[in-house]
Amino acid sequence: MTRFWPFAAFAALVVFLYIGLGRDPHEIPSPLINKPAPTFTLPELYKPAQQFSSQDMKGQVWLLNVWASWCVSCREEHPVLMELSQKHIVPVYGLDYKDTNVQGEAWLREGGDPYTLVATDANGHVGIEFGVYGVPETYVIDKQGVIRYKQIGAITHENLQQKILPLVAELQAK
Amino acid sequence: MKYLLILLISLLPAISYAGEAKDMAKDPVLEQRMIHLTQNLRCLVCQNESLAASQADLAKDLRQEVRDKMKQGMTDKEIIAFMVSKYGDFVLFDPPMQRNTILLWYGPFGLLLIGLASLVYQLRKRRKSVLEVKMSAEEAQRTAALLNEPKAPQT
Repeated sequence: MTRFWPFAAFAALVVFLYIGLGRDPHEIPSPLINKPAPTFTLPELYKPAQQFSSQDMKGQVWLLNVWASWCVSCREEHPVLMELSQKHIVPVYGLDYKDTNVQGEAWLREGGDPYTLVATDANGHVGIEFGVYGVPETYVIDKQGVIRYKQIGAITHENLQQKILPLVAELQAK
Repeated sequence: MKYLLILLISLLPAISYAGEAKDMAKDPVLEQRMIHLTQNLRCLVCQNESLAASQADLAKDLRQEVRDKMKQGMTDKEIIAFMVSKYGDFVLFDPPMQRNTILLWYGPFGLLLIGLASLVYQLRKRRKSVLEVKMSAEEAQRTAALLNEPKAPQT
């Protein structure tokens, strides 16, 4: 029995370390989940004279996708967003984060524009309000304007099918 | 002539003046306060660097955010609360004492107690296993005789 204890302690330590190593340290849970999304009014990318207000989105479920032309992983998720936009399941609004209009527009011309509308957050202020720390990030916002889910990093077919779309369907049914 | 040239060259660094970071100059008191505050906040991009030290774009933006909030008259506590409300407890280098951190704060004391308990248990067990040897009268006499024997001269 006495010989057994050090071994048990070692095994427990190994289990903890294994779990710790398996975690992605870049995924920091957002405290904004299930809290009202910060409201913002920002100029539109194509028509900078016009303002988009997040208040207008009340009553529908929508995705807010934070992207930028300088963001590498955004290229990875772009085709997935293009596919999603063709299905017309849920409106995807883009937030062009810390970017210039010229570069943002060029980027969308090149790869296609999956967004219902794109607002520009040139100084990153709205990004801070949303707790953005790594682009791309995507927020699922419900009819009441509450953030229900945050995807940190690129949207993939996998997390879209497993997490985002089932949640969207559930929220739309409410 | 040669020495004059050397002298001139050695004086060059005096005129090569690198500009100080601009924000420092504007309001040194506020800047000090900002640095003091952001030293205790973690940068979310380079996670083991403080917001004060990190050169990540987000850290720069957040330092500016802290400056702006200070100018608006927010207290340090309010600014920290703002940061936590946006990024979670992760931004704090000093984890707060709350329900999900009880194990973190009191776990070591728990381990210490377990250690002490097992130490006491082991000592008690050992005391039982050590036998007191009782000497008979004869043995006692022999012992005394041996102890009292004059020492043999050392060779």
